[in-house]
Amino acid sequence: MIEGHVWKYGDNVDTDVILPGRYVSLTNPADLAQHCLEDLDAEFAQHVRPGDIIVAGSNFGCGSSREMAPLAIQGSGISCVIAASFAPIFYRNAINIGLPILVTQQVAAETKQGDILNVDLLTGRVENVLNRRIFQAEPFPLLLNDIIRSGGLLPYLTNNRQGLK
Amino acid sequence: MSMTLVEKIIADHANLAEVHAGEIVVVHPDLVLANELSGILAIETFFRHGRDHIFDPDQWVFVPDHFVPARDIRAANTARRFREFAYENGIQKYYELGRGGIEHVLLPQEGLIWPGALVMGGDSHTCTYGALGAFAIGVGSTDLAALMVSGELWLSVPETVQIVYRGTPSPWVEGKDMILYTLGQIGGDGAHGQVMEFHGALLRTLSAADRFTMCNMAVEGGAMTGIIPPDAVTQAYIVAHGNKYYDEKALSTTYGNAHKIIDIDITGLEPQVAQPFSPANSVPVSAIGDVPLDQVMIGYCTNGRLEDLRRAAHILAGRSVHPHTRLLITPGSQQVYQQASAEGLLDIFLAAGAMISPPSCGACLGGHLGVLGAGETALSTTNRNFVGRVGDVKSRVYLSNPTVAAASAVAGRIIAPQELPGLVSHPQQVIPTTELWSPLEVTA
Repeated sequence: MIEGHVWKYGDNVDTDVILPGRYVSLTNPADLAQHCLEDLDAEFAQHVRPGDIIVAGSNFGCGSSREMAPLAIQGSGISCVIAASFAPIFYRNAINIGLPILVTQQVAAETKQGDILNVDLLTGRVENVLNRRIFQAEPFPLLLNDIIRSGGLLPYLTNNRQGLK
Repeated sequence: MSMTLVEKIIADHANLAEVHAGEIVVVHPDLVLANELSGILAIETFFRHGRDHIFDPDQWVFVPDHFVPARDIRAANTARRFREFAYENGIQKYYELGRGGIEHVLLPQEGLIWPGALVMGGDSHTCTYGALGAFAIGVGSTDLAALMVSGELWLSVPETVQIVYRGTPSPWVEGKDMILYTLGQIGGDGAHGQVMEFHGALLRTLSAADRFTMCNMAVEGGAMTGIIPPDAVTQAYIVAHGNKYYDEKALSTTYGNAHKIIDIDITGLEPQVAQPFSPANSVPVSAIGDVPLDQVMIGYCTNGRLEDLRRAAHILAGRSVHPHTRLLITPGSQQVYQQASAEGLLDIFLAAGAMISPPSCGACLGGHLGVLGAGETALSTTNRNFVGRVGDVKSRVYLSNPTVAAASAVAGRIIAPQELPGLVSHPQQVIPTTELWSPLEVTA
């Protein structure tokens, strides 16, 4: 179970604003975190607290495939990103590095900046602590669930020597 | 059950008789691409998990092209470690500066892409290769690290949406305008997670260069990739570049199958300009209003092929770049650079007052070689105009084809090419006088 304050953003948040191109030669999550969302919300990197949750609209993480974008979010201490939908490459990247994500249109539509969400990553149950509303995120396919449970793609491959099945 | 072209390609690479949209499968790509930025993160992840040698060096192509020639010491060290890893792992297809170029211009040119191939690349514009009938998708660095470990990767089989072009556009229209218009019609997420499969009579007559431009920007419509079923133009390209043989008959049984069809009427279409801050924010060039330009950028992976530079040179011959405007030309590869030199195009650019940049992603992603300052406005032939993409968060970028970009560099503001005095026709009209033979007309 995780609980955190919401940072709320709209549709089509691209990876250029999540982690601008001028910083993509950084690879350390702590260094990347200093510039996370810099071109969209200059307040974010200064005020984000461990456990906070990003809630966004559709196509979150569109654009560049740069994995530095989800790494910057992970380095910021964000516990979970909830969006109406994720761009295909960002979706892969988040699962592969072990950054928790949930897909649900309702949470994106009915959550405000500063709300507090309680999230059960195992079941996909999301509760808005301020108004007690409960939402259910979409389930993940079996293999992706196994990768998520392993903490990412490389830990999965270490645990499953026969490879992806 | 019938399969789409992409489902057929995925099935062939997953060792399955059939796959269908929505399934998660494990595939063995023919080719995996890394550049120095996606590559270095993959290499660090690979080492951190106790691995040392990659599964199959022959599966890989390594192209340093983003922050090179090194923009600073960090970039130099990234490129050095990337190069050392390639050497230590026996990766033969490593393309050094001066012998390579920008990955998405380079790989097809080097004969590394063929119809029916499955390609994964650590760059979102890997989708460019769909122009030759390959299924090519951008992936992340942990994906690359997993491919280094086992040579295979998971994939969610995408739906296919056929984009069918109907009608005849204005003679100034290029592949870039068709994709910008399409993005404007469907939106930046209009093909979410799907494959955009391009069809239509006009499409069949487009050059390979125009096709690369179109597929390059499929990702800007939210798509997993774009693809063009191979035809006579594809065949001519792969013969000229020595690309691998493919089984045309096996692929062709899948043409015509799709999950959705979108008709795009391009009758009388004008050249398009995408306004800040989305490639899908496109309008006809005549509706753009007065947009003075600090900088114009022509080339890169979207429009950095020889045909693109010829178009720009046709406009710039005997003309000069506006005194208040800077023009940067970035050929897509060393070979394009050499051919442009041999044809005298570079002399035309230099005489016009342009600066020629080495083949590098450079300023396109705000890296180096011409980034924008606060309040500056640029017109670029690249693929993205997001907030801060090319430099300062307060800069603005418009996107167009190379002909519009060159004419606008002369005018110092965004104009349609025919507004330039003395310019009567498009240098390389994309609607040919004789129709190329093609077995693939979609009649749906």
